[in-house]
Amino acid sequence: MSDQKTLWNRLSAEDRPILFAALFVVLILAIGTAYTLTTQGTATLLSPTYLLQQLQVGAFLGLVAAGMMLVILLGHIDLSVPWTVAASAMMATTVGGPAAIPVGLSVGLLVGLINGFGVAYLRIPSMIFTLGVNAVVRGLMVAHTGGFAPQTAATPLMQYLAVGKIGGVPVALIVWAVVSVCIVLLLNRTSIGRYLFAIGNKEAAAFLAGVPTRRIIILAFCLCGMLSGLAGTLLAGYSTKAYQGMGDAYLLPAIAAVVIGGTHILGGRGRYLGTLLGVILIVLLNSVLSIMQMPEAGRQVIYGSVIIVMLLVYGRTEKVTQ
Amino acid sequence: MTLQGVTKRYGGVTALDNVDFACRLGSIHAVLGENGAGKSTLIKIMSGVVSPDEGIITLAGQQRIFQGPAQANAAGVVCIFQELSLIPDLSVADNICISNPPRRFGLIDKGEQIRRAEQLLARIHCEDVNPRSRVRDLPLSRRQMVEIAKALSRDPSVLILDEATSALTSADVDHVLSMLRKLRDEGIAILTISHRMHEIEAVADMCSVFRNGLHIETFAQGDRAARDIVQMMIGREISAHFPQKRTFTPGATALQVQNYHWENRLRDINLTVGKGEIVGLGGLDGQGQKELLLGLFGVLKKTRGTVRINGQAVRITSPQRAIRAGIDMALIPEDRKTEGLLLPMSISDNLALASLQNLSKGIFIDRQALSSAIEGGIARMQIKTGSIEDPVSTLSGGNQQKVVLAKWLMTDPKVVLLNDPTRGIDVGTKQEIYRLLRQLAEEDVSILIYSTDYEELIGCCDRVAVMYDGNIVRELQGEDITEHNIIASSLNIDEAVA
Amino acid sequence: MSGSSGQRRSLTNLAISLKQNAALITVIVVFLAFYVFYNLNHPRGFSTAVYIQNANEVFALAMVAMAQTIPVLMGGLDLSVGAIMTLVNCLASHLINGSPAQMALGILLCLLAGTACGFINGCVVVYGRIQPIIATLATGAIFMGLALFLRPSPGGDVDGDLSWVFTNDLYEVAATYGFAQSGEAAWFTPIAWIPVPLILLVLAAVIVWMPFARSITGRTVYAIGSAEGAAYMSGLGIDRAKIAAFTLGGFFAGMGGLYLTLQTSSGNADIPQAGAYTLNSIAAVVIGGTSLLGGVGSAIGSIFGALVLRTISFNFRIFEIDPLLQPLFEGVVLLAAVSLGALAVVRVKNTLELFR
Repeated sequence: MSDQKTLWNRLSAEDRPILFAALFVVLILAIGTAYTLTTQGTATLLSPTYLLQQLQVGAFLGLVAAGMMLVILLGHIDLSVPWTVAASAMMATTVGGPAAIPVGLSVGLLVGLINGFGVAYLRIPSMIFTLGVNAVVRGLMVAHTGGFAPQTAATPLMQYLAVGKIGGVPVALIVWAVVSVCIVLLLNRTSIGRYLFAIGNKEAAAFLAGVPTRRIIILAFCLCGMLSGLAGTLLAGYSTKAYQGMGDAYLLPAIAAVVIGGTHILGGRGRYLGTLLGVILIVLLNSVLSIMQMPEAGRQVIYGSVIIVMLLVYGRTEKVTQ
Repeated sequence: MTLQGVTKRYGGVTALDNVDFACRLGSIHAVLGENGAGKSTLIKIMSGVVSPDEGIITLAGQQRIFQGPAQANAAGVVCIFQELSLIPDLSVADNICISNPPRRFGLIDKGEQIRRAEQLLARIHCEDVNPRSRVRDLPLSRRQMVEIAKALSRDPSVLILDEATSALTSADVDHVLSMLRKLRDEGIAILTISHRMHEIEAVADMCSVFRNGLHIETFAQGDRAARDIVQMMIGREISAHFPQKRTFTPGATALQVQNYHWENRLRDINLTVGKGEIVGLGGLDGQGQKELLLGLFGVLKKTRGTVRINGQAVRITSPQRAIRAGIDMALIPEDRKTEGLLLPMSISDNLALASLQNLSKGIFIDRQALSSAIEGGIARMQIKTGSIEDPVSTLSGGNQQKVVLAKWLMTDPKVVLLNDPTRGIDVGTKQEIYRLLRQLAEEDVSILIYSTDYEELIGCCDRVAVMYDGNIVRELQGEDITEHNIIASSLNIDEAVA
Repeated sequence: MSGSSGQRRSLTNLAISLKQNAALITVIVVFLAFYVFYNLNHPRGFSTAVYIQNANEVFALAMVAMAQTIPVLMGGLDLSVGAIMTLVNCLASHLINGSPAQMALGILLCLLAGTACGFINGCVVVYGRIQPIIATLATGAIFMGLALFLRPSPGGDVDGDLSWVFTNDLYEVAATYGFAQSGEAAWFTPIAWIPVPLILLVLAAVIVWMPFARSITGRTVYAIGSAEGAAYMSGLGIDRAKIAAFTLGGFFAGMGGLYLTLQTSSGNADIPQAGAYTLNSIAAVVIGGTSLLGGVGSAIGSIFGALVLRTISFNFRIFEIDPLLQPLFEGVVLLAAVSLGALAVVRVKNTLELFR
């Protein structure tokens, strides 16, 4: 056996997407840099300031994607993310003061609790239940705000967390990093993490092994809700206020980031590093395309094609044979 | 239809060995044999589900090789399998006509379809099934009748029934049997596999006995007494070696089940398992053994009756409770691939799954304790692995089953329930599992094992409870555990006859 | 004797069909209740003008809901229906003008484009072996990009007459094109009030959906959603049915896009709007009684699901209830509808069956 041939084979099914996503990130940077070198004569993309700035913007998506990944690992999905983000932001700015951030997180937690209950106990497909919850939360928020952007502003602490810097490093990025470390620990070092994978693989087998399946499902939705809430609270800090539809732009990219990173959409397989790379890939793709002044049309096409191509390489389901 | 010199091997196991077999048009032919005798393989070959490794199949004088059930159907060979092949959300009429619905202008003609279904259902006196009903809404026995009607809609010349009557009520059985007679008189060849002796006596013209993949004898129904048939089904050498049984002194009762009921599948079960005792559940497949094990492990809802562990009444409502300290149960489930293992996950993940609670310090897994526990599990079961990080799906069937066992041994269970643990496993691993069970018994673990292999029950168990139709019909102990007694009780034949 | 047993038979048949169509009947009754209530309270209730306006507002959603139904019946989901609708909308805003022949060709091309999009979805799912939800998420982005390419900013040049005709009642059709004595003929009066979109809706249901549901392919779609293994064992053509299902879905979404063009006289590649249509289509499908697990339901139910969703907003409008409460109300209706289905969970006696 030659080493070359076995290199790809030696990579486990979970490593391949990560390697591929990483290569893609490098490719995007290379193309973007080539573009800026030829048009402006500078390698803007490679400057640390620029990269940190992009990562700061990516932090919000990263937080949402982290939560989404936990739910997708179970084989479920959370479509209530858009208005969980918005509701947390709105309630946090409404309450204001020192309670703002706890309130923002609690809103997310509450939404997650409801989602988890519907999925785990009522066994309603998460796709439709979370969709319904999204509509209800949206309704509540529209009623609460009167359909306008709330006049209340983000607290200084929220703004600091979103745009502040510690030694040149954006605080939002640090928050994202801390959350990431927690998620990695959760997935790899706790029984909860093992249970998440087990349920996503075969809920029946996990159940028969004595795994508290319902509690784990609720927990995953709660964490997803809380992380969406955190993202919403920070996002409000970033733009100094909450506004209608502020979470809409986060749902599909979050799912895409998770899936591009190699997490199986039907659950049970995936690594957090992949999700991290997926987020970075999407953020950089967006920024390179905007540097290239790519019209929205081209962005959408490229965006969709990237997802399909990456999934064709490693995301195919096994062929049904009987 | 005739088979000549047909042989089929699965891996190292010869399921059918050079079998010559013929069934004639216009006769009902019963095939008898215990579990694993090769009956299922025989009908799978005849109906085109699997193809034989050697041998010739001739149908109406022509040599045929079927590529899949669809071709066999087209040639007039139709099989009614045990597992239902109905589509639950479609109507009865839709299902009956699924492979070739009547059409008008290219669209399915619903009126004609219903008329056709009504006719077919009337043929088996099943008028109470409305062809417009959805299959999902029918009780199991009605579904089985629809399955039979579906088979008839294909105009079979050879009709094969694989335990087709096992889910039916006795009135239905009568209807089906009279239909079979009518079909025979119309000149169809009928092959039936049934464990119900009285049904065979009622309809069969010919009987064939299979054993160990061999065709033992074919004779006209009535030529042999029931006791001879049982004898023919048994007579084989013991091929596995079992560890020495413990000279058993009944110790304290570990598990006690009293007046246990569930739906209509378990009826008034009373059973005890002592400390260090291995109790077998015998009987034919589907008599409630699996349900009993699942019920004890907390999977079934709304069970009635009392379960006591060490004399203490317990209510086990979920597997989580069943594995708690004080109850300490373990269940080796029936289907290794979907219920026992997480196939894409690593060997170590699978091993650790049931004992993660005990291996955690606070919320974090104690990695050192975990890896030593995993090493212990692997060593105890002598699982042959390359790396414990490989997916468990890369292991052989026997080693996979060892992983399931090791996973549960790591939880230190006091009561182990096993649901047919050696099915589809090589002889070597089987022996290891037998040794392990005996070893556990020596350690005062109580074991309740359901097996479809009588030899296993005889070789392993201190006591065997034989189940029939949700009841325990007989308990055999010591010298009484013989193949003869087990088979006779399984068929629910009077002891006097046996 | 035989008469009475025949009667009993037809009564049980009626009972069975009532039971099997309980969800459909419920959604129709709910719709009628809401709609009659709305008209009773409308100052110009039960008038042609109200019908026309309502029919116009409901048509595109009804089409997209029908499009969503077919993949859902198969146990999948199509997240690109809104994007296909938008793409066809943008395409139509370029093509629907000129001579009658040109317009006819344009309409044909638009419907073909929608169908082709559906076909692509089907191929990606079947041959690419990618999960429908994620495959259509990606193709949806591509279709949206193409739509933006066609219409970077809202606008369009749509034949006025055609647009007028399709968004009015039959009287205006006759008046515009001058047949049936410009709509004044005596025989024409009883049907003159019928809104054109309503006719189109019925046509789509009767000449496209119903034949499909009764074809072997349609039967296979139901069978796949209900039990894919049993469908395979019964020798049904699974891949072909899957592609056909997505293709037909694309056709319906294209119809929706085409109509949107006539209704608004323009094309608009509005991403949030496309997303809203996709999500509402799922809601309409579920309210219309189609199971998200597949195998049960019909596109007719989805039409009424869409009608219910829209009628709720009509009522909000008429009562001048704070329109702000409308999304809340819609969400509660959706959650209530799906929670009813959860009652079956209580009846399951073997916990393992919950996991299947």
